[in-house]
Amino acid sequence: MKELFTIIAFSENHIGLLNRITIIFTRRHINIESLTVSSTEVKGIHRFNIVVYETREQVEKVVAQIEKVSEVMRAEYYTNDEVVSREIALYKIPLKTAIEENLEQLLREYDARMVDVQSDFVVIEKTGHVEDTEKIYDLLEPFGILQFVRSGSIPITKQRKELSTYLNELPRDEYA
Amino acid sequence: MEEKTRVSGAEALLLSLIREKVDTIFGYPGGAIMPMYDKMYDKHDLLNHILVRHEQGAAHAAQAYAQVTGKPGVCFATSGPGATNLMTGITNANLDSIPVVFITAQVPSGLLGTDAFQETDMISLSMPVTKWNYQITSAEKIPEAVAKAFYFAKSGRPGPVLLDITKDAQIQEFDFHYKRIKSIRSYNPKPTLDKNQVQQALDMMSQSKKPLLLAGHGILIANARDELMEFVDKTKIPTAVTLLGKSVIDEEHPCFVGMLGMHGNYAPNKLTNEADLIIAAGMRFDDRVTGDISRYAPNAKIIHVDIDKAELNKNVKADLAIHADIKDFLQQIVPAQYYTCNSEWRQEFKRLNEMEKEKVIAPELYPENGHLRAGEVISKVSQLTKREAIVVTDVGQNQMMAARYYGFKNPNTLITSGGLGTMGFGLPAAVGAQVGKPDKTVVLFTGDGGFQMTAQELGTVVQYQLPVKIIIFNNNFLGMVRQWQNLFNDKRYAQTTMPTPDFPMMAKSFGIESKWVRERDQLDNTIEEMFSHEGPYLLEVSIEKEANVFPMIYPGKAVDEIVLHEDQ
Repeated sequence: MKELFTIIAFSENHIGLLNRITIIFTRRHINIESLTVSSTEVKGIHRFNIVVYETREQVEKVVAQIEKVSEVMRAEYYTNDEVVSREIALYKIPLKTAIEENLEQLLREYDARMVDVQSDFVVIEKTGHVEDTEKIYDLLEPFGILQFVRSGSIPITKQRKELSTYLNELPRDEYA
Repeated sequence: MEEKTRVSGAEALLLSLIREKVDTIFGYPGGAIMPMYDKMYDKHDLLNHILVRHEQGAAHAAQAYAQVTGKPGVCFATSGPGATNLMTGITNANLDSIPVVFITAQVPSGLLGTDAFQETDMISLSMPVTKWNYQITSAEKIPEAVAKAFYFAKSGRPGPVLLDITKDAQIQEFDFHYKRIKSIRSYNPKPTLDKNQVQQALDMMSQSKKPLLLAGHGILIANARDELMEFVDKTKIPTAVTLLGKSVIDEEHPCFVGMLGMHGNYAPNKLTNEADLIIAAGMRFDDRVTGDISRYAPNAKIIHVDIDKAELNKNVKADLAIHADIKDFLQQIVPAQYYTCNSEWRQEFKRLNEMEKEKVIAPELYPENGHLRAGEVISKVSQLTKREAIVVTDVGQNQMMAARYYGFKNPNTLITSGGLGTMGFGLPAAVGAQVGKPDKTVVLFTGDGGFQMTAQELGTVVQYQLPVKIIIFNNNFLGMVRQWQNLFNDKRYAQTTMPTPDFPMMAKSFGIESKWVRERDQLDNTIEEMFSHEGPYLLEVSIEKEANVFPMIYPGKAVDEIVLHEDQ
């Protein structure tokens, strides 16, 4: 059975690693729903946050192959209820419809914000789960959406032992 | 602290190689790599460079060199076409876990990404088929990059790495100082063996009446043959090998039960599905070994030991997956184990192997009439070399025949392209094997098809007077593909027949002694003549045109559906 999994990989900050990781998905014909790369609380270590819709079996194999990459320290996967995740979405709406329709009430009700107003359009921001940003999309559609962009999901894991603890325990690079 | 010296990037690279105890490089010069060849000119007493005739040859030779010497192979190529010509060899080394450090030159860093003359993005190209790769754009990065390259290539599950060095980085000068790598925080090449798992394995063994040990290439890589033999001698467990695991056990050992897989032996394939315990040691359950995976070993509990965690539970779900160096595992289990396998189970292998002997092996080795057969030639070579030669093969029927009939004895004496199945691998690999072991007899078994793919390396054989013994089985067919067309496509031999050149005449044009054998009564004398000849020798043997390799597990079939002949 396919479901949404969040894969988190911690790595050195080296050029080309993103490619080395994504080709593992490409080879197995797995579509990446979202991918973000960011720094972490440990200096010099980067994290990849990858969301896929796949079977657990496939995800396990992919994670093992990601962890096999020489510059990846650790890769793990989580189900939706094991992470707190958020994404940000921006919507560009014509100013004319934004004024004519009752946009303000919609924003308040769904906890969205207007982040910019120009002479001919406004920009709305919504942070939340995919379902939240999709819901707002549906509601804004009658206004006429000129542009829509989503950041991809960023997850915080719920597990007790922080990965940074583990990463800090890793030996340093050593030379003979 | 060693003294720093100011050198160019090119010289630093060579000095770094010397610090990694490299003495042999296989390569081919070109524009972007000229600074390195220029510096090599001064170091010819320390670095022996083998000039091949095509970069693919350098890649295969470096891999074979690594396999016979146990040291990483090193391979040089220039940017663009020189680099892309390596790709097949890199991929081959990757699939067969062979440590090779590939060094490709690159256009000057200012021209990167501009489609400059002979520019190829080798980092992106080689990414899926290297264990690690890195582009060097400034000279001072060279020592650390080389140190990492060697560390990654040879530690853990070995594999190819690639360093791509821009021309300007080869020319820049800097203060050279070299440090070898001891450990890298993101990379754990030596997993810690969980001792509880050793006990679990022992418990599983003690419950087993029909155990089967599958010995793979990992044991050779881990240099764990002695430990394996102790384990086998003590437990008497029937031991089968994978293609790349060949030579891990003396084939005359009473517990050796044959090769697994599509053209392996009858007994180990058939009995895989009767076994109640499979101990898979340093092997990866390749699809050529398992056949239909849904019907693989249905009665067996599976213990899988591998150093690569990603192999565990990848193809076959293990009941006990042990992430460990196989040498550690065997060292732990040998003193502990008290288990001995019963002789009735071993007799079953014997009984089935007798069937194979009668139906397949005897007709192949002792044909009374008809054309020559590959098996009888290989068997003759085996006798004359006392099973002591390093055997190199190409890919296809010649490979399966060599694997089946040479009768391997010493570790690392079969050099063959396993995972990738690279036709054209044979001749350049024979070059690398002979360079690595100049005092050993190196025999190449190849086919007329594969030989023609890299035949230009005869030039390398002659230039370095490598005394390789080349045996071409000529059936004027791409034999293995033809066999499939015969069995599955109603003998519709689409594009598998080809005329061949006069191979002896070709060899002679290179200055290589050569003969062509067509008749059985010429065979023994000619083979003896070949081995008494001191230099390289090419022997063309005309064999039965439509001979098939059997036994065979047909594609999509289960291992126990292996057949001894096509009417079965």
